[in-house]
Amino acid sequence: MAFIELKNIRIAGFSAGVPKKVIKTKSRNPKYTDEEFVKSVGVEEKHIDDKFTTSDLCYFAAEQLITDLGWDKKEIEALIFVSQFRDYILPATAPILQDRLGLSKECYASDIALGCSGWVYGLSSLASLMTNGNIKKGLLLVGDARRLQDSSFNDPLFGYAGCVTAVEFKEGDEGIKFHFGSDGSGYDAIIIPDGGARNQFTLSTLDVHEDEDGIKRNRLNSFMKGLDVFSFAISTVPKSIKALSQKYGIDLSNVDYMVLHQANLKINQLIQKKLKFEDSRVLNSLNKYGNTSSASIPMSIVASTNNETYKAEKSFITCGFGVGLSWGTAYFQLKDCVISQIVEVE
Amino acid sequence: MDIKDFVEKFAEQFEETDASMFTPETKFRELDEWSSLIALSIIAMVDEEYDVTLKGDEMRSANTIQDLFDIVKNK
Repeated sequence: MAFIELKNIRIAGFSAGVPKKVIKTKSRNPKYTDEEFVKSVGVEEKHIDDKFTTSDLCYFAAEQLITDLGWDKKEIEALIFVSQFRDYILPATAPILQDRLGLSKECYASDIALGCSGWVYGLSSLASLMTNGNIKKGLLLVGDARRLQDSSFNDPLFGYAGCVTAVEFKEGDEGIKFHFGSDGSGYDAIIIPDGGARNQFTLSTLDVHEDEDGIKRNRLNSFMKGLDVFSFAISTVPKSIKALSQKYGIDLSNVDYMVLHQANLKINQLIQKKLKFEDSRVLNSLNKYGNTSSASIPMSIVASTNNETYKAEKSFITCGFGVGLSWGTAYFQLKDCVISQIVEVE
Repeated sequence: MDIKDFVEKFAEQFEETDASMFTPETKFRELDEWSSLIALSIIAMVDEEYDVTLKGDEMRSANTIQDLFDIVKNK
């Protein structure tokens, strides 16, 4: 079982960058009015603007958080960027962000290509680098600004966000506990088929075809097998959260907040019900920001606690799940944690 | 597991279609109200009531309510 416990690590702060431009959700199923559709998917509006890449949004969020924390940029020695919409096929985006943020060249910088589970994976990677104290301050930048996707076929679900998590070495801190899983047999449950090395870009990549859901796509548009993702999520997520809580003796009824990847309303409500979390103990951002992929967990924390500091200690159970298929659960405490005001970029 | 009970729970996922329209032989994909969102509700209902997680392919392979009942029963 893939359990990891990383001590001497604390999360010092969160920030979120989104485009200022807001797009209201419209029904793309003639059987439903806009209102019915919104009620069912759970996304009323989202922030989308193709002027910005994920790394742009992360950049502005990072500048805000570094200022709010009062961190000296010279002390930041690790930067991990998690995204499936990186600036270029090559090079990696993390070194670009290291330079743009004015961080020292003495900086570990690397990309991780995961989606909905990416924040939890990225957090474990960064915390692993820092757990023995060689690196004292690090940044985790996550998100998927799905350029080339939404404007072309009125995607009802996905919003753009770049979120930043500041991680700090702190001797004696209880740290973070993780559980991870992967199932690559479901690799095509959410997929952009062309443009990578397996199916390289050719002129036929741009040919438009109609998928079984009746939506027209080319092979650079992402396709999702909704039923498969749904049944994967409602069965796997409760199991992963229960496995972590059993392994480390965490009483879920005493956990202050649960933060799930913002997949869609139905999936999240079912998981919440299965794990017996009341609405008051669940942080969300789906309604106003949509599904923001790897950014959805920090986005929900920032959106629910805007401009506040978690001074008193609060416990969190979080789970990212989806494309891969891939999932990760993390349990941690926040204390004296800085939450920046949402940065709206225009 | 009882087929009558299953048909009733299946019918509850629909809002507009009259309950009298549902029998074990009903080809549910041909109902006007059938949609991918109702398919999700069916998967959720089966998960909650019978503790069985239907996979996408299993859902797609069923044409009648009886087909789906048999899949759930045999899992």
